[in-house]
Amino acid sequence: MTDNMKDIEQPDERVPKRIVGTPSPATSTALLGREENTGAADVPGVDLQDEKTAKKGEKIAALLFTVTLLSGIAFIVSYVAFQVGDVERARISNLALGGSLTLALLSLASGLVVWVRMVMPKYKLIQERHAMASDGETRAYVGETFLQGAAESGITKRPLLRRTLLAAAAPLGLAPLVLLRDLGPNYSDFPAKLRHTVWGEKTKEGKNRKLVVEGTGAPIRAADFNSPGGILSVVPEGYEHDLNALAKATLILIKFRPEELKSGTNLNWTHDGIVAYSKICTHVGCPAALYEQTTHHILCPCHQSTFDAADGAKVVFGPAARPLPQLPIAVDEEGYLVATGDFPVPVGPSFWERGDAEAEVRENGGQS
Amino acid sequence: MSHSTAGVPKPIAGPSAYLDDRLGAGNFLRRNLRKVFPDHWSFLLGEIALYSFIVLLLTGTFLTFFFKPSMEHVIYDGSYEALKGVGMSAAYASALEISFDIRGGLLMRQMHHWAALLFIAGMMVHMLRVFFTGAYRKPRELNWIIGVIMLSLALFEGLTGYSLPDDLLSGAGLRITEGVAISLPLVGTWITFFLFGGEYPGEDIIARFYSLHILLIPGVLLALISAHMILMWVQKHTQMPGKGRTNNNVVGAPFYPAFMAKAGAYFMFTFGVIALLGTFAQINPIWLFGPYTPADISAGSQPDYYMGFLEGSLRLMPSWEINIFGYTLALSVIIPALVPLGIVMTGLALYPFIEQWITGDRREHHVADRPRNNPHRTAIGMAGITFYGLLWLLGANDEISWTFHVSLNWTTYVGRVLIFVGPVIAYIITYRICLGLQRSDAAIIGHGVESGVIKRLPHGEYIEVHVPPAEDIEAHMRGKEPIPMISGVDTEPGGIPPKGLRGPIGKLKAKMSKAYGGEKIPLDDGHGHGPAHDDAGEHAAVGATEDKSITH
Repeated sequence: MTDNMKDIEQPDERVPKRIVGTPSPATSTALLGREENTGAADVPGVDLQDEKTAKKGEKIAALLFTVTLLSGIAFIVSYVAFQVGDVERARISNLALGGSLTLALLSLASGLVVWVRMVMPKYKLIQERHAMASDGETRAYVGETFLQGAAESGITKRPLLRRTLLAAAAPLGLAPLVLLRDLGPNYSDFPAKLRHTVWGEKTKEGKNRKLVVEGTGAPIRAADFNSPGGILSVVPEGYEHDLNALAKATLILIKFRPEELKSGTNLNWTHDGIVAYSKICTHVGCPAALYEQTTHHILCPCHQSTFDAADGAKVVFGPAARPLPQLPIAVDEEGYLVATGDFPVPVGPSFWERGDAEAEVRENGGQS
Repeated sequence: MSHSTAGVPKPIAGPSAYLDDRLGAGNFLRRNLRKVFPDHWSFLLGEIALYSFIVLLLTGTFLTFFFKPSMEHVIYDGSYEALKGVGMSAAYASALEISFDIRGGLLMRQMHHWAALLFIAGMMVHMLRVFFTGAYRKPRELNWIIGVIMLSLALFEGLTGYSLPDDLLSGAGLRITEGVAISLPLVGTWITFFLFGGEYPGEDIIARFYSLHILLIPGVLLALISAHMILMWVQKHTQMPGKGRTNNNVVGAPFYPAFMAKAGAYFMFTFGVIALLGTFAQINPIWLFGPYTPADISAGSQPDYYMGFLEGSLRLMPSWEINIFGYTLALSVIIPALVPLGIVMTGLALYPFIEQWITGDRREHHVADRPRNNPHRTAIGMAGITFYGLLWLLGANDEISWTFHVSLNWTTYVGRVLIFVGPVIAYIITYRICLGLQRSDAAIIGHGVESGVIKRLPHGEYIEVHVPPAEDIEAHMRGKEPIPMISGVDTEPGGIPPKGLRGPIGKLKAKMSKAYGGEKIPLDDGHGHGPAHDDAGEHAAVGATEDKSITH
């Protein structure tokens, strides 16, 4: 192969034979086509600008490019001049940096447009378009060559080779998928996990878990939560900042007048008109955080599922299919609200393995 | 082209020769330097998306230097007073740091977000342009498919990016994503647990979304964008019908220097507008939302606009759920999450092939259709836009209800009807408008343009003088072609239809072909052919001698 290299002809004009000190000859025709010789006013489809317009365009474009130059400098100066560190200074720095960058970019863009429209010719060039398909001869050649190559390689003639190669590829192809297995936990864990929340666990002292106010962490004395229509966002004691626990265990606690409660609410699980529902919407899991006192409606702000809090949080509107599960609560010896058990059914969005947990609970006489 | 290079300056000629000796680039450039690009404002829409993507790469790279994709619990101690001492994820803390403690950080964050919005908006309008002008037809079907894949990926890219700062609003989006994923039949729980590394929210999702967002999806997008551009380059751009433009040529400006400079200017404009928005239009002020907790949410939470149609369909759905054999099928989630997206994306992907099947048209098309000239396609497109647009609007039905003081529940009830009726109405109206516009074209070709000159004839009658349309406008209108039909659809009753049009599917195909194809309003209907000079009988005086200075 290498023997042939010297036979490759160099285009004459590219062979450097220049004597040092002589003017540079033209070295290449590679980059520029013939039409590039400016002033060729007779090229069809190239309509040159008149010199007056071009001159004006040059001036405007130059002005705009100068604006870009100055704004670019202003950007760098702003970076040094305006420090950050609080909201107000971040705002000023942002204005200075962004303002100068915007001005630089937009004036550069405008300058380029002026250049194209006022200095460059108006073009209406025509180019032939050919069918995308190769001609028949080429196709035939490629087809033949393909078959010939396949035959030469032996892949058609030697099935053992072909089959073992295919078989060899399969496990290698699966290997990356197998590697992904540890992205998730053990299968045995997960549908079960979804059925329980931390409300089902007793505290370390073996007591029922207290309901505490979200944010402050203060336990709630039933006697103090006594104005009908009152509402609290509640989290489990000991898990105030555990997002994984909160994603299932957050509650909405509402105080009713006892006569307001309807049959959908399990009265055994209330205390003196105080009812606790899961705050996690049964549609897709947003916190159902809005409450309308007069109608007793709990509304999820994401997709507007609406639940009747007085009637077991049954769905009265929207895409949620199931009521918000009710948590059994009572008071401990000090008068604080506690959970006496877990939710009877899984909280939050539906999942495939969930099944009709509500029906199972009804069959078991209202106990989980 | 022997020796015309005398003028090439040495600093250019030298390196050029060096490269050409090694790459043979001259041959490529010879063919492509003066490659012609046709002009039309609508051909630039895709470039918005392209340049936004470049801005996304630039600003995104900057952000990666400072962002910490970690859900580790930290106590904030930065310079934003309102959140000092508050517990939050390291991701949120670093997003705050980018906003307040790094010079240019806020600008880059806001530009990144605006560029993302513009990226998807650019893709959408570009896709609509391609659809309505039929530019997806052979040989460009593959590029169309690449485009549909890119749009789907971009939605996912947006979703993953939106979730990264781990503020209260982005968390709400993530929670909805989880709620949708877990409700999928059979695989939902698996998918969710694998995605989140266990139960929601877990400790892994930010880091996983991060690698998807900055590496995997943009990598695939970059590859597809390259393929998209190469195919566009090889197949050459379509052109609008007009004077001298045929299916066998391209008329326009050369790549070098004109198109190159225009493209550069357009990049700078896109970049500049994103910088403008990033500077003056606040977007996603994460510091106001506070850190994420699954226990809280703010009313009026909205996703970025491109997710709005999914939000709307979730809100619209009635509460259907089926329990069977101990398993749960959450139709109220699965249907709205998958069906509209499926209809829109699958419909887009298949449209070129369905159209080919109906019209039997296997020819190459390089001249774009004017939307009015294929009324069924345009009407289908508008029905699709209406479907999507209604879902999108209903994704903000709480805002609509609040702003216009209408019942929230009624926005949903009305929406449930409109989502079916709206597209049909849009279809009919669009179809009629298209035919009307075709008639107006036919009138201009047949009768000329009203000149505003009133003429009194010898016998006392007044007429308005019509003049022939300007040459370029007429050429543009005459670019119209009848939409092809499968041959043999016009079989006489009782006659034997050709093979392939028998049987129920064949008959349906023939029927659809006949409805879809053909010439609805011929340009020269009833007026013979050619210019309007022959029409003197009707409107009189379309004189070649008349003043041609009509405005257009």
